[in-house]
Amino acid sequence: MSQRIPVTELTGDFRQRAEDALGDDQLRTNFRTAMDSLMTKRADAFPDEEEREGLRELGNRIKARALSRLPDLLEQLETRLTENGVQVHWAETVEEANRLVHGIIERRQGSRVVKGKSMVSEEMEMNAYLAERGIESLESDMGEYIVQLDDEKPSHIIMPAIHKNRRQVSRLFHDHLGEPETDDVNELIRIGRRTLRRKFMDADVGVSGVNFAIAETGTLLLVENEGNGRMSTTAPPVHIAVTGIEKVVQNLRDVVPLLSLLTRSALGQPITTYVNLISGPRKPEELDGPEEVHLVLLDNGRTGAFADAQMRQTLNCIRCGACMNHCPVYTRVGGHTYGEVYPGPIGKIVTPHMVGLHKVPDHPSASSLCGACGEVCPVKIPIPELLQRLRQENVKNPDEAPKVKDGGAKYSRSERLVWGLWQQLNTRPLLYRLFLWGATRFRKLTPAKAGPWTDNHTAPVPARRSLHDLAKDHLARQGGR
Amino acid sequence: MSELFYDAAPNATRVAPERPVPRHYPAKPPEVILFGTCVVDLFFPEAGLDAIRLLEREGIQVRFPANQSCCGQPAWTSGYVAEARAVARAQLELLDAGLPVVVPSGSCAGMFRQHYRELFAGDAGMLEKVERLSEQTFELSEFLVHVCRVNWQDLGSPTRVALHTSCSARREMNTHLHARELLDKLSNVERVDHDHESECCGFGGTFSVRMPEISGAMVKDKTQSLVASGADEMVTADGGCLMNINGSLDKQREAFRGRHLASFLWERVSGERKEEVA
Repeated sequence: MSQRIPVTELTGDFRQRAEDALGDDQLRTNFRTAMDSLMTKRADAFPDEEEREGLRELGNRIKARALSRLPDLLEQLETRLTENGVQVHWAETVEEANRLVHGIIERRQGSRVVKGKSMVSEEMEMNAYLAERGIESLESDMGEYIVQLDDEKPSHIIMPAIHKNRRQVSRLFHDHLGEPETDDVNELIRIGRRTLRRKFMDADVGVSGVNFAIAETGTLLLVENEGNGRMSTTAPPVHIAVTGIEKVVQNLRDVVPLLSLLTRSALGQPITTYVNLISGPRKPEELDGPEEVHLVLLDNGRTGAFADAQMRQTLNCIRCGACMNHCPVYTRVGGHTYGEVYPGPIGKIVTPHMVGLHKVPDHPSASSLCGACGEVCPVKIPIPELLQRLRQENVKNPDEAPKVKDGGAKYSRSERLVWGLWQQLNTRPLLYRLFLWGATRFRKLTPAKAGPWTDNHTAPVPARRSLHDLAKDHLARQGGR
Repeated sequence: MSELFYDAAPNATRVAPERPVPRHYPAKPPEVILFGTCVVDLFFPEAGLDAIRLLEREGIQVRFPANQSCCGQPAWTSGYVAEARAVARAQLELLDAGLPVVVPSGSCAGMFRQHYRELFAGDAGMLEKVERLSEQTFELSEFLVHVCRVNWQDLGSPTRVALHTSCSARREMNTHLHARELLDKLSNVERVDHDHESECCGFGGTFSVRMPEISGAMVKDKTQSLVASGADEMVTADGGCLMNINGSLDKQREAFRGRHLASFLWERVSGERKEEVA
């Protein structure tokens, strides 16, 4: 596997991919089943509404406080980590981050990397970058391993292979590893584990993500359920952690509620099986642990979001995935439809800062604004409100200084004209009533086809008489006004 | 757990709205304004009229200002702020008459109560009016339950209904609770649950025409679960959802239909059985 890993190319635009996904019954069933189960688990993990709401409020405040002091906390984090023997690196772009990671591996003359789950490394497309330079980078999280075997990208930030059912995984293992097919999930896990265990011992470098970077103590906190994260960060002689700059929090006390919110919102767990607190490389008197620990702090558009008081709230995100689990759109189209690293509601609001609205012009519109995401977000990011904001930025004249990367991506003079007419109609009472009169009088002329609406509905026929008309007559009879 | 709730410091960047605080309701007023909403105006006018009748039955005189049009929501959710603001301003001027404003649609009421603030953020003069309107705005079922405190005798024959509430209305106005309470007052009406009841019907205003594939899949699932619920019909207090659900049912040639809550309620309490107005 030392050749370039061909990540499946995503073709077509958002709507085309959505249509393809909607036509795939197996995919629809896989997602519906999984999301239903995750929603139930989350609900069961928060039996007390008052406690849940208090905790969410607290989570929001902790993150907001951390963000309000972000530059200071990052500086403090660097100082403390350096004191602890961790080497801290800063990357403004994914290219820089990849170069840094590659540089560290090269210095150690490493050729085999084993990875714990990390969405930031997905953001960097680190596997592909390293593969092009002759370095094998193996995913050790079971879900990540499955999508890597199938040359895919994760379809969910917590459960990367959630789009596949057990039979599909069994076939994949059969095809790639020569294992006999089985329906038994435990057996599938055993197969994956057997294959991966050997790799940990051989690896030159372990790569991981970070859930919380604690400034006061210089600690990197990592949660996981499979033990692969602990192995990736302790077995190889070098550990490289990669994370976004928004993951920093002030102190360990802040972590307690955030951790509880994260694990309960994500999988309905009171706590994950493993909680790793990493505070430096192996000390002279210690028997195990890596000789070197590095942290790469990635910006990749985050400071752009930070600069805008409203969009800054996107940086509250602790990557639990609850918004996608509860999203009726995500549930139907799955993660790959979004075509970007972060799918679902949170993906729609964090991706524009990273790649620009030109690359994801349809994302802000792909929501009925039902509000389910905002309702479950453990740190109270008002996702619908931010989607609305992105819609505004999306249709602005690009000549006005854009406030979000590639603002004005959906600017359309003809659409602006339509809304201008709509405004005239609804601000001129006589015109509005004339419209009502015409629409009700000539209701039989309503065309049977009315754009995309009639793809899913029969054409809406206006009533015989408008409420304006009916109310006037009725109230006149009642002697009202 | 309480020791965890230490002061996490105020935060300057937070814009997230608080969970709506329990609302204080006034005594029953002699007079109200009905804001019909544009969808009801053109497609479900009988529902608007039934809302007027329900209010009059409680001894309330209803005003229907002829210059009303739309709350501005379609432009607002499409990102056209200036256009939405112009339309909102026209309604604000009209509705600022010191009377309660009753709205037979949760999402339009939610627009008045929640989103006008965002629409006029920074405009102190307008915000004063916005606050007054927000205080005075009541979704119809909320008004019937908490202000009129209706007490009805059900004159209809036994029936089973499924209740659909629009998402924004449910989350912003608690309409599901109010509508349930009204249905519970009717002795011959049994409310049945349907699968994924709290999931969006897929309307979402312009979402339904911008993303027809996804919206269509959502409304198809919603209609299927409504049909499978065993209810005789669906009731909802939102014109947008009603148009979406009925239009989809018609397209699928299903006989099952939804009806506006106001029309359903009026039929039950007046004993009048009306012909469906297409």
